[in-house]
Amino acid sequence: MNVNWFLTVSALIFCIGAGGVISRRNPLVILLCLELMLNAANLALIAFSRMHGNHDGQIFAIIVMVVAACEVTVGLGVIVAMYRRRVPIDVDELRELQG
Amino acid sequence: MAEVLFFLTAIGAITGAVGVIALRNPFYSVLALVAHLISLALLFLLLRAEFVAAAQVIVYAGAVMVLYVFVVSYVGGTQESGHRLTKGFKLASVAFGAALFAVLAIAILGSGLQALDTEGAPYQAGFGSPREIGKLLLTDFLLPFEVASFLLHIAAVGAVTLARRRGGLETQGELNAYTALDFARPAITGTMAEAVGGRHQRMPEPGAGADASPAAAIVDSEPSA
Repeated sequence: MNVNWFLTVSALIFCIGAGGVISRRNPLVILLCLELMLNAANLALIAFSRMHGNHDGQIFAIIVMVVAACEVTVGLGVIVAMYRRRVPIDVDELRELQG
Repeated sequence: MAEVLFFLTAIGAITGAVGVIALRNPFYSVLALVAHLISLALLFLLLRAEFVAAAQVIVYAGAVMVLYVFVVSYVGGTQESGHRLTKGFKLASVAFGAALFAVLAIAILGSGLQALDTEGAPYQAGFGSPREIGKLLLTDFLLPFEVASFLLHIAAVGAVTLARRRGGLETQGELNAYTALDFARPAITGTMAEAVGGRHQRMPEPGAGADASPAAAIVDSEPSA
């Protein structure tokens, strides 16, 4: 398979994730959509790694996975804290910083 | 064979991605993401990235998604009511996604990279194996590797701090409690507990005034500090 195909799939998944971040209001689902975007970037990185026959892209993808795991832990911690304080789990309701 | 496998897994990945954003119940969104991640791991295998594919299945689809499932079942997986989300807004998000895809497709198709139309560099035995990745991580990429481990550590501590039973500052009783460290250092060393009016703030002697409760002592000591 040509590298083009993998890049196209990656772009499609990235756009689906970006659309989800905009259209959903549940922070849990927004985190899931961020995961989609990060994974699309991973796919592109690994496709380029294959294209060059070089491992650097795969290392980059592993580091991206680490950062994504960190983002998930902190994000889920924030959501659990919100739930404990009876704050509505809805990004449209969280407008205290708006001033 | 590779083409058939590619189209099957690509369709699986895209279907999973659409499922994540289209399903109303967050629990089903998480399950759709698991399907998406496993299809993506197969795509990684097609690209000869064995180690990354294994890590994707074990770490991502295994550990991280279990965390998601726990949180969704804890928070309750409330369904979005969606009554305030107008049709126009949803259309706008679809249009934004389509526009973004158009831009990316133009970038891919219009790029001058000749190698994009090939299958890539010739395959060498051992490409993408744990042996090669491990060698690189411990030689050329040692610093990113160590920084990543540090970041994971910080994230773990941060998650525990955020999701404690009681968020925010300690209660007055905890702030005034003595720990083993307090006896090993001088009285005023500028710790955070002192900054927020905790222990070793000069407390009025019990019985010095009528309002010698700890809360009153905090309020009194703030302007003078």
